[in-house]
Amino acid sequence: MLEKKIAGYSDEISVAPGERIRFMVSCEPGVDRYQADIVRLISGDRQPDGPGYRDELLPTSVSGEYPARTQETYCGSYAVVPDGPAFRALGDLSLQATIFPTLPAVRRACLISKMDVDAGRGFALWTDPSDGLVLQLGDGAGGLSEHALGQPFVSREWYLVSATYNSANGEVLLRQHLLDSYARDTSSGEARHASDGAAAVDCDAPLLIAAASREEARGKPVGEMIFNGRIERPVVASRVLEPSEIEALRSGPVPVDLRTDICAAWDFGQAFETDEIIDISPNRANGELINLPIRAVRGSNWTGDELSYRHAPDQYAAIHFLDDSLYDCEWDADFELEVPADTPSGLYAARLSSGDQEDHITFVVRPPRELSERKDRADRATASLALLIPTASYMAYGNSRGSIEFGNELLANHLAVIGPDERYLNRHPEYGNSMYDHHNDGTGVCYSSRLRPLINIRPTHPWLWQLSADMHLVEWLEAQGIPFDVITDEDMHHDGVSLLERYSCVMTCSHPEYYSTQMWDAVHAFTQRGGRLMYMGGNGFYWRVAYRDDKPGAMEMRRTEDGSRSWASEPGEYYMAFTGEYGGLWWRAGRTPQSLVGNGFIAQGFDHSSYFRRTDDSHDPRVAFIFEGVENEIIGDFGLIGGGAAGLELDSASRAYGTPPHALTVATSEQHTDAYIRVNEDIGHMLLSIGGQDDPQVHADVVFFETPRGGAVFSTGSIGWSSALFHNDHDNNVSRITRNVLDRFLDPTPLA
Amino acid sequence: MPSQYPIDPSRTDLAREFMANPMGPHSAALQRIVTRMRDTEAAGRYVLVTRVPYQEWGLAQLSGQRGVDVTLLEDQVFNSLEDAERAVFRMRWELITGTPLVLD
Repeated sequence: MLEKKIAGYSDEISVAPGERIRFMVSCEPGVDRYQADIVRLISGDRQPDGPGYRDELLPTSVSGEYPARTQETYCGSYAVVPDGPAFRALGDLSLQATIFPTLPAVRRACLISKMDVDAGRGFALWTDPSDGLVLQLGDGAGGLSEHALGQPFVSREWYLVSATYNSANGEVLLRQHLLDSYARDTSSGEARHASDGAAAVDCDAPLLIAAASREEARGKPVGEMIFNGRIERPVVASRVLEPSEIEALRSGPVPVDLRTDICAAWDFGQAFETDEIIDISPNRANGELINLPIRAVRGSNWTGDELSYRHAPDQYAAIHFLDDSLYDCEWDADFELEVPADTPSGLYAARLSSGDQEDHITFVVRPPRELSERKDRADRATASLALLIPTASYMAYGNSRGSIEFGNELLANHLAVIGPDERYLNRHPEYGNSMYDHHNDGTGVCYSSRLRPLINIRPTHPWLWQLSADMHLVEWLEAQGIPFDVITDEDMHHDGVSLLERYSCVMTCSHPEYYSTQMWDAVHAFTQRGGRLMYMGGNGFYWRVAYRDDKPGAMEMRRTEDGSRSWASEPGEYYMAFTGEYGGLWWRAGRTPQSLVGNGFIAQGFDHSSYFRRTDDSHDPRVAFIFEGVENEIIGDFGLIGGGAAGLELDSASRAYGTPPHALTVATSEQHTDAYIRVNEDIGHMLLSIGGQDDPQVHADVVFFETPRGGAVFSTGSIGWSSALFHNDHDNNVSRITRNVLDRFLDPTPLA
Repeated sequence: MPSQYPIDPSRTDLAREFMANPMGPHSAALQRIVTRMRDTEAAGRYVLVTRVPYQEWGLAQLSGQRGVDVTLLEDQVFNSLEDAERAVFRMRWELITGTPLVLD
């Protein structure tokens, strides 16, 4: 049985000719060398009735054999504060924080540490599964003394914790107090210990929050024993603080009379949109967050009166740390490509192979960034058609663990099939999660990154979803012989509508679900300025996401009030920390998919796909071009995913949700199974009749409408549409309709 | 707590319907018991592991724990997804009803 052993990623997802892209690869034992080549991807689906895998070698200096090696990944989030004058000559010590542990019973976890373990110098404050709060102090002779409070924490409750050390008498005082009030609480308490001999709390190690560290890698301390949960206002002081002083330091500015003795007091309610943590003491011992812990989360004092962290930053002054979050694997590059100047825009991959092992690190060669001065459209891009690769959605689904962790059997209405990719991903929890998964402590995953192997975002991945499903569209375009450029969500996010305006027609892929504001604006402006848009999928333009310019390759999303979703954001945590924008469904921000493309998400199911039937509207002369040469009333009763063109996630037209009043619904799907269920955001009260057999709303609509200045939109309303293009060697009515629309959309004659 | 929908072991007509068309679509009555069967705890849930892509699958059970591999049931190997569905249906029928599925 094949075991996957090789995987990689690239530092860029889209590069223009002349630019450089680096590839990072890691191999498990058993692979000694691998061959790498740059290929243009033509086709991916290897199922017996499918088109198979095809590529075309791009001759580059990359082609060759490379030695295999295993590269380490350090996941988990924490903060690092460099050693500095703020922490000099510590004798007496106070440590405190307000904490919300989410996995206190699993293992010991570090809250604050500044420790040189080899020298036995420094201090560390821990949560312990049985002892609750624990303080470790260096003895100055290579050892540590340990002082435990002795009462375990309850998970998902706020505590004020503190530990003090008096160097004059050696006394250690530990306190942990539940902020809420329960009868029979046994988790609050205090403990007083006399330490043997003088402690050596002063050391030159960096200070870490939410982790301890014994080694450095890639220029920073490696976080270990990472704390899962929230930390608010950690404080380090150089004398023994009284309970009233500890209470005073929980929030607000540092009191004037304490400023002399405070080494650092970090206010996480500042600089939300950055990786920086701000020390509000005079020392300004600011630090840096590693691996994207969650910011803009509720603190211990959240009242519910304000829902945006920007309106009440002091109520969002906590950070949620996680032992399995990841921004960047930071592997060393195995090889690098300078994209040859004459490389045509397209979908490419670094194809890695070694015996029966393979991987495809997929990237895009976009058209040149600079346009020539000539005004004729043909010269301004390399093609009149652009295929828009939904890299935001790829990132959202990347490393989805649902099938190996849960089986997704009820969703699919079939047994789950687990392949080498899923088992490989399960062997590598350190590669992080998809936005459909939960962190180890149960928190929903609201950040993703492409700076890590995304195991299921591969052209040949057997679960036909996102890239592997989009290969059906690429294969069809190649077979049609129509020249097309390839651009990505990230290109559009940065370049705006000017990138789209190079083209007569822009075609989406099968499931462009995640959109930033900049992306949404670009697509909307394109449709309003005479552009022609072919929305070739289902459930598009649904979730709002955010990028951060200083954090390339990372993306944020909040699963807010409703929507078809695998987890839900905590109340009051609906605003994205990257930008301050309200997250969740675009519908909730007043921008419906129906208003943009004529239809929007209405139902999903994953067993059998169905077919479309032409409507009366389809005989309107305005859409005669769509059905030229199409004889059947039934459209797409075939396909490589579930056997039909109407499948997986379905979009319908709705005037109430914003479908333009002049839009024509030219085909409607029918006879979906009961595994197809209406989306919950469209349901008030749950009823028995929400499945495909009972609920007439469970259907997809193919929609066409003209836009201002001669533009138009054609929307297929179904993720499954592209899976039908290959049928009968592309000679079928889905292929014919798609081609008819494309030909008309590439014709400059205005549509309206 | 698992689904409480009862499976009547005398309804072998539904089992026959499943065996004839294991990938569905199913009648409403059959879908109810299939849904009951598929609604299990993640730990121990039956899944298929690819042995030869698109040709051969082995039965396995999920660990229910991140990072812990599936348990392969080496004696259960199938050359079609349909046969795999049939085999798991039989096992679940007996597990839930306490009665082995006997069809003529």
